[in-house]
Amino acid sequence: MLSGELGQGMQKAIELLVAIGDAYDAEKMIPITRAHAASSGQEGDLYFVELLANGGAKCRVPTSTNPVYDIEFFHRLFEVPSDEAEVARRVMEAYKTVGAILSWSCVPYLTENIPLFGETVAFSESSATPYVNSVIGATTNREAAQSALAAGVVGKTPKYGLHIKQNRKGTVLIKVEAALKDSFDYTLLGQFVGKQIGYGIPVFTGITRCPSTEELINFCAMSNTSGAVSMFYIPGFTVEARTVEEAFQGDIPKDKINVTDAELKQTWEELQTASGKIDFVMLGCPHYTLKQVAETAKLLEGKRIHGGVSFWICTSATTKTLARRMGYVDTIEKAGGCVVVDTCIDEPCWTVYKDKVGMTDSPKCAYYRRFRDVVVAGLKDCVEAAVKGKCE
Amino acid sequence: MKREEIRLKCHKIVGGYGEGEALVSHEPICFYLTDPKTGIVREKTHELAGKNLANKVLVFPSGKASSVVQIDGLFKLASHNLAPKAMIVKDVETVLIVSAVLAKVPLVDRLERDPFEAIHTGDLVKVDAEKGTVTVKREVS
Repeated sequence: MLSGELGQGMQKAIELLVAIGDAYDAEKMIPITRAHAASSGQEGDLYFVELLANGGAKCRVPTSTNPVYDIEFFHRLFEVPSDEAEVARRVMEAYKTVGAILSWSCVPYLTENIPLFGETVAFSESSATPYVNSVIGATTNREAAQSALAAGVVGKTPKYGLHIKQNRKGTVLIKVEAALKDSFDYTLLGQFVGKQIGYGIPVFTGITRCPSTEELINFCAMSNTSGAVSMFYIPGFTVEARTVEEAFQGDIPKDKINVTDAELKQTWEELQTASGKIDFVMLGCPHYTLKQVAETAKLLEGKRIHGGVSFWICTSATTKTLARRMGYVDTIEKAGGCVVVDTCIDEPCWTVYKDKVGMTDSPKCAYYRRFRDVVVAGLKDCVEAAVKGKCE
Repeated sequence: MKREEIRLKCHKIVGGYGEGEALVSHEPICFYLTDPKTGIVREKTHELAGKNLANKVLVFPSGKASSVVQIDGLFKLASHNLAPKAMIVKDVETVLIVSAVLAKVPLVDRLERDPFEAIHTGDLVKVDAEKGTVTVKREVS
């Protein structure tokens, strides 16, 4: 296949997969059933997807895409640097040309591109990789956008890493004594665990209640941002190992970490960089689910967001369609908020806020440092601050 | 003063040939935290802070940071002709491989000696990824 008889685009995709396979001494390529490319609308992203698109490559398996941004929507609201907008436009066009699913969503595993237990896939994006491995029980490596796209185009990936059973063994035992009340506690747990272990596969004990979808998404997004956690086990709730012993494949864990409410509190305190007047609230990193949009609407019911605060919820086009149908979008808009699709906090469309102070429920959103300051707190606190115009 | 030259075997990850002055970092590198217009490392707490990695043969343990920023960082350097001439690492991961392929920078690992002992900042290093060799030249007094 390396000879290029399938076209230049396919050849480039194969070259990339062969380089990765060589690096890991992969014995062969294995078929995949789907992929998710963490498209970003940046220059490196543009270069590779255009290389494939102009070379005539087409996705052989369903391949979804990450947020970029709706250029027309943002141009109506404020200035977006024209060279950045041009990159975004070309990126979106090229993904269309290669036949990707234009989901522009970072949680495609919930709606647009859902693997089943045991599927072999190539999913990039911080929350997607650990969610697919751990919650769904499909297998994927920690892909880059380009390696996932190449795999989607070729329909194969090198057999290495988490596609091999013994590499899916737990590496560290995490004993949870914290209460883990809500999805924000799981955000803090992810932030703490990722920072503590860096690379690794944590196995949890002490979690007594089945975590919700949103709690799991938050844990995945944060542990794979503050660290590189591609997989984890909560025996009893996640699918792949029923017991701690099974998760460690019979080995005795060398490292143990305890997490109490004190660690989570300290993790939160470390994230507090400002207080007082805020200019904007940004929710939906990762993209809000329908349930989270509903919760926000309920909190905003009959309230009015402060005149000096812009209030944004990022979500997928699929979720917004349902949220509008169910009346949540109207409630949020009536309160002065906006539900925006296809985009993410790490896109150049938000440059208007670069000298402003914001508030979010996602430390990942704060980590990108596109803004002067970002306060991190739970959803309820964010809504309260939006109404008052300040956080305390 | 005499010249010392050693030749070491390595494992090719991304092919090509590159030569230049060695720059050694014992810490992982995030290319997004370099100035894309000069190649100077901007990460204040990094051991290479203020040093210029443009056109060097970079010796470092591994990459770090999210895939999007890492790839974009090296790609931007390459588009200004400021990428390293070659990279010698200890641990590879997928994101660094993709970064090197896109930026067309030769990348090797598994040097037959510890790269941090065999190579010092300032040595003249030739990396022939295709042949799987690294040649290190230095003046010894």
